[in-house]
Amino acid sequence: MKFLTTNFVKCTSKACDSTTDNFPLQFNDCELIQEEQEFKPEFLLNILDRLDWSAVLKVAHDLGNDSLPQALPENVDPEDPDTLALLKDLHSLLLETNITQGEMKCRACEHVYYIKNSIPNFLLPPHLA
Amino acid sequence: MSRPEQLAPPEIFYNDSESKKYTSSTRVQHIQAKMTLRALELLNLSSTPHFILDIGCGSGLSGEILSEEGHVWCGMDIAPSMLATALDREVEGDLFLADIGSGVPFRPGTFDAAISISVIQWLCNADSSNVDPKWRLMRFFNTLFASLKRGGKFVAQFYPSDDGQIDAILSSAKVAGFQGGLVIDDAESKRNKKYYLVLSAGQSSESL
Ligand SMILES: [Zn+2]
Repeated sequence: MKFLTTNFVKCTSKACDSTTDNFPLQFNDCELIQEEQEFKPEFLLNILDRLDWSAVLKVAHDLGNDSLPQALPENVDPEDPDTLALLKDLHSLLLETNITQGEMKCRACEHVYYIKNSIPNFLLPPHLA
Repeated sequence: MSRPEQLAPPEIFYNDSESKKYTSSTRVQHIQAKMTLRALELLNLSSTPHFILDIGCGSGLSGEILSEEGHVWCGMDIAPSMLATALDREVEGDLFLADIGSGVPFRPGTFDAAISISVIQWLCNADSSNVDPKWRLMRFFNTLFASLKRGGKFVAQFYPSDDGQIDAILSSAKVAGFQGGLVIDDAESKRNKKYYLVLSAGQSSESL
């Protein structure tokens, strides 16, 4: 699972819809790999507005990375030469960093979703479905 | 031939041998590719690479086409052996083992669009006594609606068993807030007739 996806995936239990603790999930005991991907600046520019940067920071912290900037620059200008460097950093973090094994816990219901072979298991036990 | 959804739930029907058989059949590959391309045509996306959800992604046949078109995608499927086949084929999308009837687990406004090929008719089945198809259809459409960007589109090719299933699917989608309807290709042909649900999650704020 790409780091990008951690910024969007939430607990799937209906009971947790009414809380704000169902996102981001809390990551534990994760194994990471870097996997080279084609650099697509247009894709990053497309999803930039959609990123929840505080969730990026939280998940990065769970995974042992506290070196990210506290905020993204506002109004990213694709023509600005510094933008290319920013997009390359985001590409490496969001699209090339993969979680292959680990756990994601909902902070509301405390259900643990396991990631095995890069695939998170979102099948709910009957009491949460 | 019996319809697969009448034989067993999808996670049981698509066991290891069925998954491999399904994925390696050139006839299946050809039909799936054709329907995926048609679904993309109906989505009518701009040329920018988009973030797309593939509902019932199976072994990644449709996802590979999304990757070829430059999109980034996540796929959900309930059959572990289908996902294992997708891993073997090294598809680029993120794969989720999940039951679409218990909800689409993404926060509001995640995806630009969603597609689904030959899957959503499964939602109309009650495989066990504690399963309520109406509840599952509503849960699916409500959470899908939320996970799409405003104006985001959902195109689903599906195989309805009768008009009742079409009504159930269309009315659940409308209650969830979707606009749109049904597109039927080759309506005159019994063999090739194809149903596409073409929905939009409200009006886009952009293209105005
Ligand atoms: Zn939860």
